[in-house]
Amino acid sequence: MTRLIVVRLLFGALTLWAVSLVVFAATQALPGDAAQLILGRDATPERLEALRDQLNLHEPVAVQYMQWLQGILQGDLGNSFSNGLPVAEYLRSSVQSSLALMGLAALVATPVSLFIGAFSALRRDRSFDHASSMGTLVVASIPEFVVGILLILALGPGGLGLFPSVYAREGGPEQWILPVLTLALAVAPPIVRMMRATMIEVLESEYVQQARLKGVSERTVLWRHAAPNAIGPVAQVIALQLAWLAGGVVAIEFLFNFPGVGKDLMDAIENRDVPLIQAVVLLIAGIYILVNLIADVIGLAANPKVRVANR
Amino acid sequence: MSGPSKNTTPKASVRRRPGLFRTAWRFGRTKVGVALTALIVLIAVLGPFVAPYTPTEFVAKPYETGVDGALFGGDNLGRDVLTRFMWGGWTLLLLAGSAAAVGVAAGTVVGIIAGYRRGWVDDVLMRTNDVLLAFPQLIAALLVMSIIGPKVWLIVAVIAVSHMPRVARVIREATRKVIEQDYVKAAEAIGLPRWRIMTVEILPNVTSPLLVELGLRLTYSIGVVAVLGFLGMGLQPPTADWGLMINENRQGMAVQPWAVALPVTAIAVLTVGANLITDGLSRAAIGIDRGVEK
Amino acid sequence: MTENEHTENTDTGSAATGGAARSGEAVLVVDGLTVIGRPSDVEIISGVSITVKRGEILGLVGESGSGKTTLGLSLLAHCKRATEITGGQVRVGGQDLAGLDEKGVRRLRGRAVAYIPQSPASALNPALRLGVQLREALHDDSLSEQDVLGRVREVLREVALPDDDAFLRRYPHQLSGGQQQRVAIAMAFVGRPEVIVLDEPTTGLDVTTQAHVLETIRAMTRDYGTAGVYISHDMAVVADLADEIAVMYQGEVVERGRAAEVLSDPRHAYTRKLLLAVPLLRTSGHEEAEPEEEPLLRVSGLTAGYGRTKVLEGIDVSVSRGECVALLGESGSGKTTLSRSVAGLHHQFTGEVLFDGDRLATSSYRRTAAQRRRVQYVFQNPYEALNPRKRVREQILGPYRHLVGRPEDPDAVVAESLERAALPASYADRFPEQLSGGERQRVCIARAVATDPALLVCDEITSALDVSVQAEIVKLLHGLQEQGMALLFVTHNIALVSNIADRVAILNKGEIVEYGPVGQVMSAPEHEYTRALIADTPDFELSFPGAQERLGLAEEERAVEG
Repeated sequence: MTRLIVVRLLFGALTLWAVSLVVFAATQALPGDAAQLILGRDATPERLEALRDQLNLHEPVAVQYMQWLQGILQGDLGNSFSNGLPVAEYLRSSVQSSLALMGLAALVATPVSLFIGAFSALRRDRSFDHASSMGTLVVASIPEFVVGILLILALGPGGLGLFPSVYAREGGPEQWILPVLTLALAVAPPIVRMMRATMIEVLESEYVQQARLKGVSERTVLWRHAAPNAIGPVAQVIALQLAWLAGGVVAIEFLFNFPGVGKDLMDAIENRDVPLIQAVVLLIAGIYILVNLIADVIGLAANPKVRVANR
Repeated sequence: MSGPSKNTTPKASVRRRPGLFRTAWRFGRTKVGVALTALIVLIAVLGPFVAPYTPTEFVAKPYETGVDGALFGGDNLGRDVLTRFMWGGWTLLLLAGSAAAVGVAAGTVVGIIAGYRRGWVDDVLMRTNDVLLAFPQLIAALLVMSIIGPKVWLIVAVIAVSHMPRVARVIREATRKVIEQDYVKAAEAIGLPRWRIMTVEILPNVTSPLLVELGLRLTYSIGVVAVLGFLGMGLQPPTADWGLMINENRQGMAVQPWAVALPVTAIAVLTVGANLITDGLSRAAIGIDRGVEK
Repeated sequence: MTENEHTENTDTGSAATGGAARSGEAVLVVDGLTVIGRPSDVEIISGVSITVKRGEILGLVGESGSGKTTLGLSLLAHCKRATEITGGQVRVGGQDLAGLDEKGVRRLRGRAVAYIPQSPASALNPALRLGVQLREALHDDSLSEQDVLGRVREVLREVALPDDDAFLRRYPHQLSGGQQQRVAIAMAFVGRPEVIVLDEPTTGLDVTTQAHVLETIRAMTRDYGTAGVYISHDMAVVADLADEIAVMYQGEVVERGRAAEVLSDPRHAYTRKLLLAVPLLRTSGHEEAEPEEEPLLRVSGLTAGYGRTKVLEGIDVSVSRGECVALLGESGSGKTTLSRSVAGLHHQFTGEVLFDGDRLATSSYRRTAAQRRRVQYVFQNPYEALNPRKRVREQILGPYRHLVGRPEDPDAVVAESLERAALPASYADRFPEQLSGGERQRVCIARAVATDPALLVCDEITSALDVSVQAEIVKLLHGLQEQGMALLFVTHNIALVSNIADRVAILNKGEIVEYGPVGQVMSAPEHEYTRALIADTPDFELSFPGAQERLGLAEEERAVEG
């Protein structure tokens, strides 16, 4: 199993490297004058020259990439165009806010979804199951920013007026409620559905039937026989949903004007702040790959066939 | 089970099982889904012909409501909200539709080839897929849009490319299940060319997951096209587009909710409708695929 | 003629009957048990009544869909999803399980009545160690932890498994199929139940392993004085094992009685049909066929494998025109790899495969069209061998067009091949899903014979079918052979081989251990593996009027006459 995990880790690193290549190619190795393309037609010659310098555009592409990659590996992500601050410093507080937002959403969504999913499985084909199935289907269909706007329309200043719709620096904790709720609603449906499906599959398996035929109590059947076999697939879906959060947070932060990496990315795009764009995209892809990797490892570890195979 | 006489089968077993669409239609939710989708498609397609004004005509003051002749008032610049709503749907449908179609088609080709040929072909295709999958869909789109600029063909291409590996993964799995079946080996034993095996023996037997995937990708495409518009990275002003409308009018949501509520509701109804159809199809497909085996 | 060969089996039968006569108290009494399906309200089993005495085994025989598994589960008052017991009683030692509440039933399960599943691979929990699963089967609160462990070790020894801690710490996937089944047996007996339900516990096991498992079951039921219900589709196993036989057909018990009586004097037409369909293990009376000088197919020095693992080594086999050669082997013997190598579906082999004097390439794609046309393959599972999206007509015409060319009269081609497979021409418009298993296999045969091959490779083509259908397919193959077709018949069923093959090659672990005319191999086996195989195969003899129609007997008769 250790070997399998090492292989996955190596592959994760390889993917990250490929991503860096793509990011670099998309932002810098463009045909023509990248600086002109990035800054647009009406850029001043001074800014163009400054950009060419910062991006090492005078060097051959391969050298540019090596220097860029070297910088990243040493933690030097370059300086932001808009205010000249080092990118790492620029991003520090927004990374913290974004992680807090994602963490809160996960904290709210996961237990509730697991409970609803398991309960639906036990109440299969009864009214609760139908309602939760319909509910998750509807919520899962609607794009998350639309869910957010619907929440604002209903609960925000134009509707019931319970919560503010826009984040402000001086605002209180209640302004976190709508963004967290929106993200939680976005990640919950797949977890609910996976939990339900896995529980049903496990409960209908022959080994659970055999446990019941042995006369084992229903509680033992659930906790000893069913639950350990359901953990693997469900944990993987939870991890995948958390990975999704890394990308999904962008539109939500934009909508609520929440000061996180997503909003930084949108601002950077607005200002054509290339080092910032590169950093945020790499960061998000990095988190995405890392969490996917964790999901893989959990999947492996939860399977006794893999766990004790190499003894 | 078979009765005592072997050469005459009882009448009951002769009838064919109903197809995917007919099975799906039996679920109430599929009917609701079709109705919801049809409603929005109708608005989007017929809207431009029946809209009271042109989409760039100024009829009111910015965010003004209760104007005569403008049922839902004016938008951020004073254009008629109803007119822009009726004009703003078809671009979304067209972009999402073509992105889903291209993405699913490409994913199917890649998935079938990777699943059937195995070996290094499979490795190369699937590793490329993994790299593409390392980008969250939206981030990939934003990266490309922000550098090259929002162009219509680029929106379609980026979304299609982001769908491709996801579809390929599903179709590859389905293909693997099909090629374990002996009818594929029977075709190989008589030396049927590989491309014929892929088109004649495999493709018709992965149509169920394919249709489900098409529905799913269509729903996602609608979401991504809309969110790109909303982030200002999709179609550009002064085009009337639902996503863009939300972006333009969200500052005035408290005073003039209609300019946001109309497109938001339309997108919600459309995606829910499309997903209901997909859900019906996938429920039907599970039943049908189960029937194929013993 | 047949008396001498079957003395051994008859002996075991009478011993079992004798042992049963000593006990006599009925432990399991089922009366008018009815199970229906929801929401259709169709009766899955209707009004079934059976009794089993202490220390005896009731053999419950039926083909697929007869409701035998549903009945087996309802003996533990367990119903699968969307089924329900609506009437009747299941009395175990005087208590009616069907009338008890959930808690009462749970207390009796494992203690009064236990269950041994068909496939232990899926019935043992993959995430739990064996020790945990065995211990919890003995849910008796009055026992101390030490007593429970002692009892588990005792029962493990009884089923001939290790009883040390290392074994108890293992997971199910670390055991072989036979070991898993022994664990399942131990799990059932650990609570000393009065009744034990066995649902096809030896399906999927090799003949030798099956013989050992059956022996264990027999000894355990006798030693514990347990009443056993043995559910099976295999008449030979049941005839060998059971004291009493009940035959199920479409949810009803159509016949029940002492095993010896049912075998010698079946009352119901279905029982008779079922009995006649089981091929007899013929060990004498074979005709000697003269092999041709130049065989149609000659395999010499063939070695094959997957990657670095070798599956076959040094194989020499030949098939003459109009001859049936059987490849007999258990799972993992490499018999399918060999047949696939001949068909050009398995490429990793070395050695020579000559067909009609010409060398066959490893891959079908590098063989000539004529070679591909003249060697045809019929697959094991007819449910997977037909493209579900094509009509029968297209299934047959597709290969024909590719190998022979565009036919002048396609309808005639289809009708003729269907006729050779004993199907009416009207079947051409059907899709596979509109056919039964036996009909599908006939379509596969029709597809193969449409191109007029010289050699038909048949890979376990009857093993996925019910026994009554199997007999008809075998008859069909006989007919084809008489028309001059050479057959390479791959199977694990030695009784079948003894009836249809001219020559037989016995494969064990990738090598041919015995090869020769079937009469010689069956009557005077030289290799000990062959001898064990013949000894371990359960068999029975029929004496009722009309029993001559049974597959094997008619042949023997004819051989003697001719």
